[in-house]
Amino acid sequence: MSDMIYRIRDLRLDFPDMTRKPLFGPAPRIEVLKGLGFDIPRGDVVGIVGSSGSGKSTLGRAMLRLLEPSHGSILFEGRDITHLPESALRPLRRKFQMIFQDPMSSLNPRLTVGTIIAGPLRLHGFDDLGRRVGRALDHVGLPEAMRHRYPHELSGGQRQRVGIARAIALEPDFILADEIVSGLDVSSQAQVLNLLETLVRELGLTLAFISHDLSVIRRLCKRVIVLHRGEIVETGDTAAVFRAPKAACTRELIEAIPLPDPNQTWA
Amino acid sequence: MSAFLTIEGLNVSLSGVLPILRSVDLAVHAGEVRGLVGESGAGKSMIGKAILGTLPRALRIESGRILLDGEDLQRMRPRDRRRLIGAKAALIPQDPLTALNPARRIGPQITDRLVDILGWRRRAALSRALELLDEVRITDPERVMRAYPHELSGGMRQRILIASAFAAEPRLIVADEPTTALDVTVQKQILRLIRDMQARHGTALLFVTHDLGVVSKICQTLTVLYGGLVLEDTTIEEFFAAPGHPYSAALLGATPKYTDPHGSLTPVPQSVIDAANAQLDAFDRARRQ
Repeated sequence: MSDMIYRIRDLRLDFPDMTRKPLFGPAPRIEVLKGLGFDIPRGDVVGIVGSSGSGKSTLGRAMLRLLEPSHGSILFEGRDITHLPESALRPLRRKFQMIFQDPMSSLNPRLTVGTIIAGPLRLHGFDDLGRRVGRALDHVGLPEAMRHRYPHELSGGQRQRVGIARAIALEPDFILADEIVSGLDVSSQAQVLNLLETLVRELGLTLAFISHDLSVIRRLCKRVIVLHRGEIVETGDTAAVFRAPKAACTRELIEAIPLPDPNQTWA
Repeated sequence: MSAFLTIEGLNVSLSGVLPILRSVDLAVHAGEVRGLVGESGAGKSMIGKAILGTLPRALRIESGRILLDGEDLQRMRPRDRRRLIGAKAALIPQDPLTALNPARRIGPQITDRLVDILGWRRRAALSRALELLDEVRITDPERVMRAYPHELSGGMRQRILIASAFAAEPRLIVADEPTTALDVTVQKQILRLIRDMQARHGTALLFVTHDLGVVSKICQTLTVLYGGLVLEDTTIEEFFAAPGHPYSAALLGATPKYTDPHGSLTPVPQSVIDAANAQLDAFDRARRQ
């Protein structure tokens, strides 16, 4: 099925629990993802939410195979990537890209914006780098002259745009955005969210958006997956989940959002 | 009743060249929670640092007064000033992980200030710390006192820093974005906790944040900053009913609301930014003359 970007079945992942490691012998394993299953159709914008420790970032990292699952399967565009070795993954990596939470630590401070965006392009053997970098900058609404600047010369919102430009320059089929607006001011946050909406529309991106901020998810995502302690407790159409949340922890997450309204009662 | 903290015409600059705070006036009364909002670079954290005497070295107070409990901090000897600030003010920092020393147990990190600066007996400091950990609803405070920071969750660490801030019964607490590192459910618990503690102890609280949702939940009064200039000084009710400055209205317009997912989310428009910048220029010109 080529119209499914991801097919994930019974995904499990465990880590050694170093806090309970005996002096000798291996540490006991702690299961962080406990058998997750879901699909992401092409062109979909999925929100992955949950409180801290629910496994949302671990799930994202497993989907991009930055971590290897211990059980289950991940099919990316019909191909099983669950246990692929790095050498086989490398050419595939162009197709799934990531935008990171903290743009300051995910951009090399000693490289110019142009070099940063060209890096992955060069790695994947693209030619015509200059033009591709220019186009990526144009897509994220940064002026051409920006390519000669260094990350410290940019504002937080501009840096996050560079992160987005680096991801879309490779023309990937799927982008994972892990808490990309939580460090930004409201105004830059609004700019980045509006930009993502435009890019999804114009480039037909498939996007998974990890966040604990449900107002952001509600705005951007068609579908939402709610995680709690490594399990999916609720999934469905974003509007429906917000209208009638079924799981207790979804309700809790929704009720905890501080609305900019002094009359909101905060039970 | 006079305010516990009064700032009058505070000008701070980067080595005399670049203005960071522009003639800031601000007052916080005992028992009041005042929000200090603005985008990054607006100087909101710098006001907190100026009060606590922790401004970066390159920044200089050019003019103006900071009165803490009626005493002018600028006119005191550094030693006396540090002692006064240490006794009467405290900070709840933004990042609970970097604010705690990873190589030391929690207990001494709470009691050190009481013993070393305020001259408490260690035994008294210890029992005070246990009492406070209980007050911030940490179960099993004895175990937590012996724990290292990495053994505790983000929410727990922030509770410890709150306990630590209230330990010496300060009259003023500066909270610098204390919940931005936390997820929403923990944020809600922590905001409630800060609010309860503040009300019970009658502390004046200066709450630095860029999140207007958070402001509406915890503050009574509000100061809006742009480029180190106070644009608006108002109450929460008035601010949310009718913001008094176009920039404030624009900030509200850029804040997402889950109850209105398809409402337009407008970044602060360029025209508003230009107008605010013009206001800064006008201020700088007036000051040079």
